[in-house]
Amino acid sequence: MITAGIDVGAKTIKVVLLDGDKILAKAQVLAGFETEQSVEEAYKEALGKAGIERSAVVKVGATGAGRKAVAFAQTVVTEVSADARGAVFLHPSARTVIDVGAEEGRGIKTNAAGKVVDFAVNEKCAAGAGAFTESMARALEVTLAQFGEISLKSDKTIPMNAQCTVFAESEVVSLIHSNISKEDIARAVHDAIASRISAMVRRVGLEQDVVLMGGVAYNIGFLESIKRTMGIENVVVLEDPEYVGALGAAVVAGADGN
Amino acid sequence: MATVTKYPTEPLKCWNKAKELRLKYYKDYAECKQRGGIRWSGGAWAMDAIPAGLGDDVYTLTSEPYAASVAFDPKLNAECQSAADAKGWSRDLCYYMRTYWGSMYVNKYAFGGEFPKPDFVYQTQICCSHHKWYQHVSEYKKVPYFTIDVSVGAYKDLDEGKIQYVVNQMQESIPWMEKVTGRKFDDEKLIAAVNSECRTTSLWAEVCTLNKAIPAPLEEKTMYALYVLATLSKHSKEFGDFYEELRDEVKDRIARGIAAVSNERCRLITDTQPPWSYLSMYRYMEKYGAVSVGSLYTFALEGVFADQPDGSWGPRPTPEQLGIKIRTREEALRIYADWNLCKPEWQHFYDPQIKTDIMLRMVKEFKLNGVILHLNRGCEGLSKGIMENRLGLVKAGVPVMTYEGNMGDEKEMDYPRTLSRIDSFMESLGLGKLEN
Repeated sequence: MITAGIDVGAKTIKVVLLDGDKILAKAQVLAGFETEQSVEEAYKEALGKAGIERSAVVKVGATGAGRKAVAFAQTVVTEVSADARGAVFLHPSARTVIDVGAEEGRGIKTNAAGKVVDFAVNEKCAAGAGAFTESMARALEVTLAQFGEISLKSDKTIPMNAQCTVFAESEVVSLIHSNISKEDIARAVHDAIASRISAMVRRVGLEQDVVLMGGVAYNIGFLESIKRTMGIENVVVLEDPEYVGALGAAVVAGADGN
Repeated sequence: MATVTKYPTEPLKCWNKAKELRLKYYKDYAECKQRGGIRWSGGAWAMDAIPAGLGDDVYTLTSEPYAASVAFDPKLNAECQSAADAKGWSRDLCYYMRTYWGSMYVNKYAFGGEFPKPDFVYQTQICCSHHKWYQHVSEYKKVPYFTIDVSVGAYKDLDEGKIQYVVNQMQESIPWMEKVTGRKFDDEKLIAAVNSECRTTSLWAEVCTLNKAIPAPLEEKTMYALYVLATLSKHSKEFGDFYEELRDEVKDRIARGIAAVSNERCRLITDTQPPWSYLSMYRYMEKYGAVSVGSLYTFALEGVFADQPDGSWGPRPTPEQLGIKIRTREEALRIYADWNLCKPEWQHFYDPQIKTDIMLRMVKEFKLNGVILHLNRGCEGLSKGIMENRLGLVKAGVPVMTYEGNMGDEKEMDYPRTLSRIDSFMESLGLGKLEN
């Protein structure tokens, strides 16, 4: 049975087509202002990549902050549930899921069936999420990829006190004017985000295996910081980490008896 | 998705009466001066049976429920917050305090007309804001002020010295009130008011205890309109009579199997004051068949509980029920101090574990499926230790959801995200929506 999972995130829309245990195709587009149109665009792209017709898809599951925009979904599931299901699908021994997307960071404790045991989500402030890293990279005038890489060259711990993206940006500007190197500032930013995320993870209880998903999982600087902050060596970055939520929605749609 | 109706439901018959009593209270306070009455102001935990000894025409305005009323008026609420900001008061101060002050600054009463000036202020101190709140009111409005320090420690550790400390302050306040009002204090009225308050707060605890029934005869959104009477005037005989009527109606609902929420299939409690502007979140939970049957806040802000003979949690027997006849001022004040100091909602100020234990007891006795904790930025006092409570509940295997908000300041609440969090919590409890 072919199922589709559509994750309507704050920045991008991701689609995964799943046939049993086999991923047929993935597609991603920017969410933009016309969400329904973007959903359609991403869905068509995924169908095209898989070489199948729309009618071949038996069930569609939607997730993400804009999940209500997927009018044709039969199953709607929250990001927290979708993340847990997707993570366990890809990595069956996952018990702690860290998802850092554009606007939200989450710590999720799951069981072997991918059912959520407990979860914590950042509040309305996006300081522990991807939008924050983008903002800080802009302040340092480097690309996102560079931002992660250069932070690995630093071995200094510079505490960042600000909890708010806006204040943190001005704190970064102050560090620049104090002639602190970009490498040290980049590490300080990653440590600050990791500190917020690991606090959420500790709240739900850290249990191995710990897996990382969401767009920020690509950021090598954040990965090192989160390992350091949580005091663990092994954090598994899931394959195509930004698609895990969509994958989870497809899995839930397939399992949904409705 | 189809709606699954499981239990019969019907509106509460005494609902309108509760609304009428509340409005009459605020109107009486505003108009009593025209009839030669006395006005005083203080918190919802003030020892209101004591000023009752000044006469039957003494009216109070309790500030927390008053500020909650302001929260329902977005325009006045914004005006009050701006006025408090303009005076330089920090946004992280108690929302109720800022709002009461704001209403005083802009000289607007939420129930019409100018902000009524109290003749005196009579307050208790247990929360970090309480004393300073009214010190400012006293200075700003130039009215006399008396505070009773009741922060003597947890009730389980109460001893003679602590109770006498509170009683001595109460004793001292009586000649002070006589002096500032020019009235003679009547001990018989005090004794009657103490007995009445014990009756009212015990009756409310009894009503709450009845919500152990499945299906719950009441849900928390409705209870907010009922518990409030005890926060306005605990010693009021009229309110006590209302609670008796309510108790009988709730018993009747249980006997007939009448549910507050027809599709009840999941029972929850919340904690601290809710975000008053967003009470629709309770209706949202009902789409999943989830009903909040109350909270330590709704039950025990004023309700007075005790262990029952069968070991369960229920209403504390009143002195009259125990056959105790109060004869003197000293006896009345000692009983009154003890009665208030055992209030469950006061205990967490000394140790969060006490609150965790009460909540775990509620989980067991009310047969709950989970707990929703409001990390209330508007109330330091009731949010104190709340994450410790969360840890304790989670450790005991109770599913817990938290959300950040503010009981009155809408700017502090992200409502769509809170609903999304409820969706996640419900899914984690294995519940899907029964209706959209």
